[in-house]
Amino acid sequence: MNMDNYIPATAKGAPAGMGIDPVATGEKNINMDGIEETTIKMSARNLDVFYGDKQALFGIDLDVPERSVTALIGPSGCGKSTFLRCLNRMNDTIDGCRVEGDIRIDQSDIYDRALDVVELRTRIGMVFQKPNPFPKSIYDNVAYGPKIHGLAQDREELDHIVTSSLEKAGLLKEVADRLESPGTGLSGGQQQRLCIARAIAVSPEVILMDEPCSALDPIATAHIEELIDELRENFTIVIVTHNMQQAARVSQQTAFFHLGILVECNSTGEIFTSPSDERTQGYITGRYG
Amino acid sequence: MTENNTTDAALRLRHKRYASERRFNIYGIISIAVALGALCLLIGSMASKGWSAFQQTYIILEVELPRDDLAPQGKIDAETLRDVNYVSYLRKSLRTEIPGVKSRRDQRSLYKLLSSGATLGLQNLVLNDTKLIGQKIKFAAVASDDIDQLVKGNISAGKGGKVSKKQGDWVKKLTDAGKIEKRFNTNLFSNGDSREPELAGIWGATMGSLLTMFVTVLLSFPLGVAAAIYLEEFARKNRWTDLIEVNINNLAAVPSIVFGLLGLAVFLSFFGLPRSAPLVGGIVLALMTLPTIIIAGRAALGAVPPSIREAAIGMGASPMQVVLHHVLPLAFPGILTGTIIGAARALGETAPLLMIGMVAFIVDIPGSITDAATVLPVQIYLWADSPERAFVERTAAATLILLTFLILMNLVAVIMRKKFERRW
Repeated sequence: MNMDNYIPATAKGAPAGMGIDPVATGEKNINMDGIEETTIKMSARNLDVFYGDKQALFGIDLDVPERSVTALIGPSGCGKSTFLRCLNRMNDTIDGCRVEGDIRIDQSDIYDRALDVVELRTRIGMVFQKPNPFPKSIYDNVAYGPKIHGLAQDREELDHIVTSSLEKAGLLKEVADRLESPGTGLSGGQQQRLCIARAIAVSPEVILMDEPCSALDPIATAHIEELIDELRENFTIVIVTHNMQQAARVSQQTAFFHLGILVECNSTGEIFTSPSDERTQGYITGRYG
Repeated sequence: MTENNTTDAALRLRHKRYASERRFNIYGIISIAVALGALCLLIGSMASKGWSAFQQTYIILEVELPRDDLAPQGKIDAETLRDVNYVSYLRKSLRTEIPGVKSRRDQRSLYKLLSSGATLGLQNLVLNDTKLIGQKIKFAAVASDDIDQLVKGNISAGKGGKVSKKQGDWVKKLTDAGKIEKRFNTNLFSNGDSREPELAGIWGATMGSLLTMFVTVLLSFPLGVAAAIYLEEFARKNRWTDLIEVNINNLAAVPSIVFGLLGLAVFLSFFGLPRSAPLVGGIVLALMTLPTIIIAGRAALGAVPPSIREAAIGMGASPMQVVLHHVLPLAFPGILTGTIIGAARALGETAPLLMIGMVAFIVDIPGSITDAATVLPVQIYLWADSPERAFVERTAAATLILLTFLILMNLVAVIMRKKFERRW
């Protein structure tokens, strides 16, 4: 259960979705600098989230461009993790959590009743704050997703998926000779890369990362950041982070959340050099948060 | 380092803290010592009373097996062998050992040295080995319970006791002649219940216990685990599940005799299931064990870190797959421990079984779950109620055996937990 989501009552009634230019068409998005043209992979419109009686998110409008990294930053309890968990419906598992509004992936509503959540989560993978490999072997950790979704016809194909996923996660060299040893025996950074390998083994379109480096040391963090940069070529990544340098390093788009509202969303360069909202500026310059 | 840390007040405070820690340690050690002492006292008193029951006094007799009686016209057939009056051979042999017993009264009290089971023993011996016919064999005849107690020194002869002065003298004479032997009491382990202490055994009760436990575990384990999984993993947390949870916790605290009354009213009276049967006993004990298993199971499931669940859900596992592939394997050692502890409690349970008639005097060894049977703790209760001195030590011996079973079960629980435990 995420304790980040406490929202003081004063936040209620705050203006929703300010700072972003809502792009209603969804299909094409011209960035602020007007140069790049990117496809919108996922989009949220007027998203409200409640935990019981408490409202955690207020009218969020956000577009996630394809094959790029979107960083969600903001002080603790601002709702960025809540937003992330709405994107693959992880919030469904929390009792008393209610989501209103519209989230679409490739134009289809993910909160549609007819939609299969299990299928959705194969399209949208997730990496968590604390590395959480299954207490199984390294091989079984990565093979788990392909196995339950029937992605491999035979053992050979499964082997191939496992090794290529580990390769993509930059872990293969380190563990090639001990695929059968337990995944929990790896170091923290290796475990996190194992979790990334596990997530990409089912070939998702989007990978959500919830503070993937907050439990790691600087070297392991650097590893992961490098990896995120490489993964951007094939995957759409949304990353929640407390570390602003990290957001600046790995992301192309940054969204600043505060007290459950999306204050500002822009290209990372814009946000960090010339934020348009003074709250963003205050947070980035370390005045609060 | 500031000066505050070295002032007198700070020093005193630190000493006080250390002193209170030491005191707490001492309290802990004392309470453990008291608990261990009580356990040792229990087992010690049982062992000191019960150990002698593992031995039984035998009178070694030279018995003649006359060919004329046993195999008339040289033919050996089972019919005849069963009909022959073996008692007379034993008595004759006894009269030879102790000559000069003339009056009928004295003779009768001489014969009372032997147990009624001695005859059966001799018959079985001959039936199993017909070559003995016509020979003079050495036969270890089971002594009667009073003689057994006399030899073991638990009672003394004469003075209006169970053993008369004369009998005491005869036993002394036999002992001096080396005719009295104490051997390992196989009857205790191989026989069912009996009115004669020297023939009474716990095998019937043990079989009854095993059959009852079989039914109990077979019913309560799957039901309990399923209920625990549903309540912990699938059920929505609302007023109904709260109500169910409170009721399950209450059920765990219901006096066991109430379950016995329920069994009597529902299973015997309403459904007409057989009385005294391990089937009904097992069902009743299963009902009693269920709450324990559900509570232990839920605790074990709840102890599985949520990160594992999240990881599995994030991989697109269905709720069922999350439970079966990840949560259940991790919770299994805990569930197993809860089950074994619940079963151990059921194994030692007496009260509910009294209500459904498993307290009857049953000599036969039960062979199926519908045969009349009794269980170990009820057997102990029955023996503890018997007036014969020899049953006192058998009660203690049976208690020791029951304790052994319980210790074994707990040992299995520990081993299983160690074996299946996985770190995460």
